[in-house]
Amino acid sequence: MTIYLNKDSKIIVQGITGGMGSKHTNLMLQADSNIVGGVNARKAGTTVELNGKELPVFGTVKEAMEATGADVSVAFVPPAFTKDACIEAIDAEIPLLVVITEGVPVQDSAEVFAYLQGKKTRMIGPNCPGIISPEESLAGITPHTIAGKGPVGLVSKSGTLTYQMMYELRDFGFSTAIGIGGDPIIGTTHIDALEAFENDPETKAIVMIGEIGGDAEERAAAYIKDNVTKPVVGYVAGFTAPEGKTMGHAGAIVSGSSGTAQAKKEALEAVGVKVGKTPSETAALMREILQSL
Amino acid sequence: MEYQAKELFAKHGVATTLGKVVETAEDAKAAAEEIGGVTVIKAQVKAGGRGKAGGVKLAKTADEAFEHASNILGMEIKGLTVNRVLVTPATPPVEEYYFSFLLDRSNRSHLCIASVEGGVEIEEVAKTNPEAVRQIPVDALEGVTPEKAAAIVDEAKFPAELRDQAIEMVQALWKVYVEEDATLVEVNPLARLEGDKLEALDGKVSLDDNASEFRHPDHAQFEIREEADPLEAKAKDLGLNYVKLDGAVGIIGNGAGLVMSTLDVVAYAGEAHGGVKPANFLDIGGGANATVMANGLDVILNDPQVKSVFVNVFGGITACDEVANGIKGALEILGDNATKPLVVRLDGNNVEEGRRILDELNHPLVTQVDTMDGAADKAAELANA
Repeated sequence: MTIYLNKDSKIIVQGITGGMGSKHTNLMLQADSNIVGGVNARKAGTTVELNGKELPVFGTVKEAMEATGADVSVAFVPPAFTKDACIEAIDAEIPLLVVITEGVPVQDSAEVFAYLQGKKTRMIGPNCPGIISPEESLAGITPHTIAGKGPVGLVSKSGTLTYQMMYELRDFGFSTAIGIGGDPIIGTTHIDALEAFENDPETKAIVMIGEIGGDAEERAAAYIKDNVTKPVVGYVAGFTAPEGKTMGHAGAIVSGSSGTAQAKKEALEAVGVKVGKTPSETAALMREILQSL
Repeated sequence: MEYQAKELFAKHGVATTLGKVVETAEDAKAAAEEIGGVTVIKAQVKAGGRGKAGGVKLAKTADEAFEHASNILGMEIKGLTVNRVLVTPATPPVEEYYFSFLLDRSNRSHLCIASVEGGVEIEEVAKTNPEAVRQIPVDALEGVTPEKAAAIVDEAKFPAELRDQAIEMVQALWKVYVEEDATLVEVNPLARLEGDKLEALDGKVSLDDNASEFRHPDHAQFEIREEADPLEAKAKDLGLNYVKLDGAVGIIGNGAGLVMSTLDVVAYAGEAHGGVKPANFLDIGGGANATVMANGLDVILNDPQVKSVFVNVFGGITACDEVANGIKGALEILGDNATKPLVVRLDGNNVEEGRRILDELNHPLVTQVDTMDGAADKAAELANA
């Protein structure tokens, strides 16, 4: 089993005709994702050919779902239109919405998150690499060649650290790897992913990657203490980041004493999570656990 | 800065006094004469604690305004040079309150913080009397309606005689927050003046860069170039995500998380090499082509503190051979301007080809190391040589 995404997932792409959309639809098809179509209101009724496959373009998410039975949408729309694209997908009741777009205004994300409450959609992102269940499906931009299927569940704020960790543990493989994104407001949190991995029988151990800013890691630590029985190994980036400076991700900013990497590390260690000082040390800690299982 | 925040306040109907922003003591004197009476001369820098640093002075006459402005201009507050002062009429508050709207990451929504016992010592009040500092969630879809504004004012226990003014001000401040795409709108102090007049005496607004980019092109005017680090300004012009730090190992990588992690790994490695530290954060993003790589290297090599450079790339979508060609191209573009040793670690997509290209290049400045930890160690060693 995997979480959120598997070989039966039928995927549509919002913004399939754009540069990013077509490039990554191509790569998703190469990863054997079951892409069933795309959405672009201005090009409804046409088709696009990607990776040798002819894909229909629909005017709305709802039409695309009705015609194809899609249950996942991956959004590659520009930041100015992301809010509307999300609301459209949520109104259509798509079960999983993966928002790759970087640079979404945070007030738009706040509105979308408020709109999501009580609805049927799970949103991942924005500003994230998406989700991959290796050898089954990819909904996002994670390279599918890094690692295969295996017992590790991975949840990370950072895209490149997701790739790095998958690479370090490629001999073991992953059930599912999710990049939840580093923005201040995101749809799926560490806690959501931890819960799903805990309930997934194929996932034997979990790697959780965090970074400075906010209190998501501290909250995850509290959640792990009460709810997670599987071994969890953690890594937090940003020990040397100076206070008050934004380090790329909108979320990766330390203000005041909370939100520091040190505080997050301590919170995780206090609940029995082993935290590596570097990505390779983190991988080594996970390796020890996997070898003892 | 304060005067910029006040401009945004005034634009959306928040009661405030703009005053005059000046850059010389002569102009401060002229402004004080024009305003008449007692004035306040306030240093304009993006830092708190201006008063404690001596950057806020009361001037009874225009000559005093000149004298204070001469002292304040050029002064350093928290590492920032004061280039401007704001001259405003002195309006001593009868009472001081605190008010803000801000992004609430934990609840993924907005939050209002209000206190009638606040004023400038709000952090102290929050510690000693947390009950007096009200935290009121604001729904992102509903926003602040007149009813919500009234509820906020009542919960914060604003005095009855100020209630209507406060409700109006709360709505105006919410307009600033929403219409300018702010992540923080703070009024501190929110003052009760003589005659029961409510006014934003000082304030701070943080804007969301993501939104400014396409919704508020006018926000570019708030950026003050001369206060940015020159290397940061140059990087910004080149479209690079760069933050200057204080160490000797220049860092280039792809992806914010990996670069942050690289800084940490270099700092650990530095412990064994005379305590050398990372010199910067530089994320060149996904497409590491030759031009981007050359621009990045150019910024870093121009940092006189840099002794060695660590290029740490994980080929995800981008293949390592493209990255290697990027480094090769960058060294060609830079020619003799490339003078400091480069430690390169490539991993991931097409790594064999990438490493082969750099091996073949056989550039005297380039050392390849296979692992991130090993490369960090090498870069730290070279920076300490």
